Amino acid sequence: MAGAINNTPRSVVTTESRPVRYLLTGLALLFVGLFLVIPLLSVFVEALRQGWKLYLAALVEPDALSAIKLTLLVAVISVPLNLVFGVAAAWAIAKFEFRGKSLLITLIDLPFSVSPVVAGLIYVLLFGAQGWWGPWLSDNDVKVIFAVPGIVLATVFVTFPFVARELIPLMEAQGSDEEQAAMVLGASGWQTFWRVTLPNIKWGLLYGVILANARAMGEFGAVSVVSGHIRGLTNTVPLHVEILYNEYNFVGAFACASILALLALVTLAAKSYVEWRSARLALEDQRNALNDQ
Amino acid sequence: MAFKQHSVLPGFGLSLGYTLLYLSIIVLLPLTALVVKSSDLTWPAFWAAVADPRVIATYKVTFGASALAATLNLFAGLLLAWVLVRYPFPGKRLIDALVDLPFALPTAVAGIALATLYAPNGWLGQYLEPLGIKVAFTPLGIVVALTFVTLPFVVRTVQPVLQDLEHELEEAAASLGATRWQIFWKVILPMLLPALLTGFALAFARAVGEYGSVIFIAGNMPFVSEITPLMIISKLEQYDYLGATAIAVVMLGVSFALLFIINGLQWWSAKRLGRRK
Repeated sequence: MAGAINNTPRSVVTTESRPVRYLLTGLALLFVGLFLVIPLLSVFVEALRQGWKLYLAALVEPDALSAIKLTLLVAVISVPLNLVFGVAAAWAIAKFEFRGKSLLITLIDLPFSVSPVVAGLIYVLLFGAQGWWGPWLSDNDVKVIFAVPGIVLATVFVTFPFVARELIPLMEAQGSDEEQAAMVLGASGWQTFWRVTLPNIKWGLLYGVILANARAMGEFGAVSVVSGHIRGLTNTVPLHVEILYNEYNFVGAFACASILALLALVTLAAKSYVEWRSARLALEDQRNALNDQ
Repeated sequence: MAFKQHSVLPGFGLSLGYTLLYLSIIVLLPLTALVVKSSDLTWPAFWAAVADPRVIATYKVTFGASALAATLNLFAGLLLAWVLVRYPFPGKRLIDALVDLPFALPTAVAGIALATLYAPNGWLGQYLEPLGIKVAFTPLGIVVALTFVTLPFVVRTVQPVLQDLEHELEEAAASLGATRWQIFWKVILPMLLPALLTGFALAFARAVGEYGSVIFIAGNMPFVSEITPLMIISKLEQYDYLGATAIAVVMLGVSFALLFIINGLQWWSAKRLGRRK
């Protein structure tokens, strides 16, 4: 999470001379411009290179539309699954003391360190035609690999830690005094969760969901392994972008890419808003605590 | 010691049980399947798959490019974090938010954008071409793509530490006659070191496994610009499941080793900062 930003000038001995400051700021902005701003802008410029008409035509084409639908479907299934898991894991880890906790936290983070391609492969080994359960699945006419369930599984894997890793430190910092008070006053477990815990963690939860959603809609490597790239059926938007690009249909590729780039911008804006809200809440809490004393 | 300490809160069994079940189904079982599947191979066959000269060449490209990209981001990330925390300038909030773009932008989008920019007739490529610098379809292109993808890591690990650094330390050093450069080198940098290394390791770990952003710009020439994840894909496309599994086991081993190092670095970082308080 980004740190709070202050613009207060520092005392003379703890900062650099003006030319050095300007030089360093200039270098940093140059780097940001070259590596972030230009690539982002180029997506929209390339998409609109041949005008709005072709841009819109590339988006409403049937294969593009079905890719958009599939991407939305995959996100709608995988994000809530990881949301429920994240809350359950954070409740167990943050509110109780038990052995093996740090091992559990490491295991939850594991999908972040596994290459997306490996993430896709492991499901092929389980559910593919050559896999452990492949023969049984084909006997019962269930398709997982090269079909939507495989795409969902791979997406669930790569977005697995997002909500949990946002909630665990937050709930650990909040402690369980408020929940204990609610229990002592006669609330049931669920009442305590819905009325005490959930309002306390809602911004952290939203933050995790925003990040998980961005990754779910944009995942390429893992999905590429399990999807089979069947047009109109198992192509998500990122895979559709790849196919169009490899066919030298650059306007189409960048048009679809521009939707994903817009999604990224919305994600960044939402993320900044949530950060700003939770920073303000923390500040209010501090003030209230001071007033109470 | 009991497995769990007593608590008045309910739901421990349910939440932990669900966590373990879901973790097993989604993560542990499939990863186990990978390792078990690789045991179908005899040692010589396994070795032949992972030590094939073409595969060895991909390790060199992958680890070399990842190390270069992470090193570039070590310096650029420190610079960005420094400027964002310490110097006032207009548009700072926007730049701060933009740093996370590589996390939010799908890798395939980054891949085609960079490949187009650095192509010989692209916005940036046209200026580099006369200088004899080829980026697209060379290993340098892989470094550029990995630098983009791993850009936020060092910034986001160093930024909070720099934010919490006490002015008093620098003022004390200055009052004792240290120059600004000495203060940076002897006071600030040692405090930032664990965070810098953590950011570097996170960036490196991410870069090693990266696929989507790289394949468009790399050109994917055997022995020159093929990355290891691509080898897994091409083995799969040839229905060589065992070969793909063997390489994947090697990559998984590297991931585990890096995860172990990163945990150690974070522990060191927490200890060093904790002691100062």
